[in-house]
This record gives sequence, structure tokens and C-alpha cells, in this order.
Amino acid sequence: MMQFIHKYGSPKYFYQWSKGWQRWLTVITLLLLGYGLYQGLFVAPTDYQQGESYRIIFIHVPAAWMSMFVYMSMAVSGIVALVWRIKVAEIVIGECAVIGASFTALALITGMLWGKPMWGTYWVWDARLTSELVLLFLYFGVIALHSAFENPRTGARAAAILAIVGIINIPIIKYSVEWWSTLHQPATVAKFDKPSMHMSMLIPLLVMAFAFKTYFLALLFSRTRSEVLAREKNTSWVKEIMEQES
Amino acid sequence: MQLFYSILYRDLMLAIRRRRELANPLVFFVIVVSLFPLGVSPDQDLLSKMAPGVIWVTALLATLMSMDAMFRSDYDDGSLEQLLLLPGPKILLIGAKITAHWLSIGLPLIVLAPIMSLLLYFPTHAMGSLIITLLISTPILSLLGSVGIALTLSLRSGGILSSLLILPFYIPVLIFSTMAINASVNSLPVSGYYALLGAFLIVSALLIPFAVVAALKVSYN
Repeated sequence: MMQFIHKYGSPKYFYQWSKGWQRWLTVITLLLLGYGLYQGLFVAPTDYQQGESYRIIFIHVPAAWMSMFVYMSMAVSGIVALVWRIKVAEIVIGECAVIGASFTALALITGMLWGKPMWGTYWVWDARLTSELVLLFLYFGVIALHSAFENPRTGARAAAILAIVGIINIPIIKYSVEWWSTLHQPATVAKFDKPSMHMSMLIPLLVMAFAFKTYFLALLFSRTRSEVLAREKNTSWVKEIMEQES
Repeated sequence: MQLFYSILYRDLMLAIRRRRELANPLVFFVIVVSLFPLGVSPDQDLLSKMAPGVIWVTALLATLMSMDAMFRSDYDDGSLEQLLLLPGPKILLIGAKITAHWLSIGLPLIVLAPIMSLLLYFPTHAMGSLIITLLISTPILSLLGSVGIALTLSLRSGGILSSLLILPFYIPVLIFSTMAINASVNSLPVSGYYALLGAFLIVSALLIPFAVVAALKVSYN
């Protein structure tokens, strides 16, 4: 187990094995995105209550799911970075924070655009919107802390601690905000017996959710790989690669 | 436990000797609370409705302002490093410093808040709930704040950054406290909110010192 983590986490070996993963994940992302968007925007039927404007759900809901998922990934790589001092995991924290903040901002913006025709206002102080906004603040904190230190490894470890404290706090924040106020439509997908959504809408939504996941991984690999190169620029293996590719 | 008491005694002595510095966040609290009637309107109904939120948000900010005092001067003169090298559990050391911080900022706030709430026409029959929520929650503010300050200790502009990190974590405390006060104003049952705040206090008191020790280790690299 330990050997496995150290081997796959060493910057040089990571750079090598992640190359193929990145390429395939990009291909899968493009395929899934194409299929999901086509199904969602053209094939899925019009909603009888919300008309055409509901179609923003195919971006909004996957982005909102990803905002939580990325935070989880960030906290997990934070634990890995703190416990085993894996350099790649330290880099992943910072990249996760940037990507996660973007997903959160995307979910908030699409939600605001969706809210205007549905609720008649861009913003309501409702539980889910508020906890998403707080999540964005938490991401800002991690990004700010990660980049505040001159030594990037110190910054990564500090950000890891913050991410772990955050992951304990997120459920508390979520429930506190939920009790505080709620107006948002209840979750329509996470009912196992019978989703309150028709299959013709549900399938493109799930496809889009998978597309967002693979997109996240492809983006994470690409950003982490270039950051690995930047941090290891004085080592001999990076120089070798640079000479080969130039 | 000897370690705990001696650190607590030391920090409280230091706080008393630097009482002018200690008073700054409290003066800040008083001034900011009195800005609200000037900025919004002196309307009695409006102010009494806003009072719990105003008192609580201002208390959060005042606590944040005072947070820097917990580790900063000890870090600058090197005594924190020596304290961390002491034998014995570091959790006790951190716990003592947090307790001292709460005694020097949280307690004075609890005394000041009811007085300031009168200026906002806060209904006196709910005064008990204001004091109780402050009593349970200000220790949580000191605990959570200590993580932020410990993480940013080695940075020159650590103060503002640690406020950014910590304020989102203060949200549950703010929500439960103001909900409890509002329930009490409307003569609704409040014990559930106290129980939640108490649970939050216990969990933070158990977990946060560990996070602070880890954060200090990172700061000393």
C-alpha cells in the first residue's frame, strides 16, 4: 500500500502514467458532453411547467454536484498530503480548489439565470443557494491560503488542514442553513425508488453528470501535470523531457 | 494539568498588563453597533428587529479583530516556539491559550452586549437568551478563530487572510444564535437551539486543538 502510494505519487512516475489517462479522459469527456448536450437540449421533451428554460438543469445540477465532489477530492488529497507528504497530492489540493471554485461559481450563475424566469428574481436567500455561496467562500479561503506562502509546500499543507477542517464543517453549515430557511425545490433525482423525473430527462442529466466528472479529472490531470513540470524544473528528468519534446 | 493552569495564568497576566490593547476590540464593538442606527434609521421597530443580528455580526467581527493577539506576540518574540518545545501534551497548551483568549475577550463582550442591545431597543424579556447564546457561542468563536490564526502565523499579512478563512466557519454559530434569540423574542421554545450550540461547542472543543497543533507545526515548518 505504502509503496503503491509513493510510487504513483512520485512526480516523475506520475507525469508518465497520467499522460495516457489524460488523453483518454479528454476523449470520453468530449463524447459524453456531445451526447448529453444533444439529448438534453434537443431530444428531451419540454417541461410542462417550466417550458424550455428548465434545460439549464443539464449544466446547473451537474455543476452543483461537482462543487461538493471536488471539495471531497480536495480534502482526501489533503489527508494524503499531510500523512504521506506526497508532492503530487500537495499540487492536487491547489488545482482542486481552483476547479472546484469554478464549478461552484458556474452552479451559482446558472442558478441565478434559472431563478429569474422561475422565481421572478435572480437571488433568494434560500438554503441551497446560501450553502453553495458559503462553499464558494470556503474555496476562496483555500485558494488564498494555498498561494499566500513563499514556499508552495508549506502553503499546500496549510491549505490541506483548512480543507479538512472544512469538510467536517460543511455538513454543519449545510444543515444550519437548511433550518434557517428553505424555498428551493427539493432534490428530484436522489430518490432511489422512483425519481420524480421522466427517464427522457433523467438520462441526459446523468450523462452530463458523468461528463462533468471525467472533465474534472481530465482538467485536473492536465493542470497537475503542468504544475509538476513547473515545480520540478530543476531536476534532470524534466530537462530530459524538455529536450525530447523540443 | 499543571501546564494548562500555568499557561492560562501567564496569558491572563499578559492580557491584564496590556489591557489598553485588549480594550480595542471592545471599543470597536461599541462603535460599530452604534453606527447601525445612524446608517439605517433610528426607527424603533426596525432596530429592535435587527438587534440580534447586529449584535451578533459585530461580536463576530470584534472577536476576529482580537484573534491576532492569541499567538502573534508570542510568535514574534519566539516564546511560542519555546512553549511548543515543553514536554507534555500540546493540546493542553493550545487549550489554555484559547481559554485565556475567551476569558479576555468573550467575557467582556458578554457584559457589553446586553448594554449595547438596549441602544437598539432589544426587548428586555429576551435578554436572557442573548446572554446564554453569547455564553455558549463565544468560546466556539475563539476555538474556530485559533485555527485561522495558527495557519497564517508565519505570513506578514496574516490578519486579513485569517478573517477570510474563518468567517465562513462562523456561519452556523451566527445562524443558531440569532435563531435562538428570535425564538425567545417571540416567546417560542429555545432549548433546542441551546442544545445544538452546546453540541457544536463540545465537538469544536474536542477536535479543534488538534487542528491548531497541526497548523502551528506547518507555520514553523
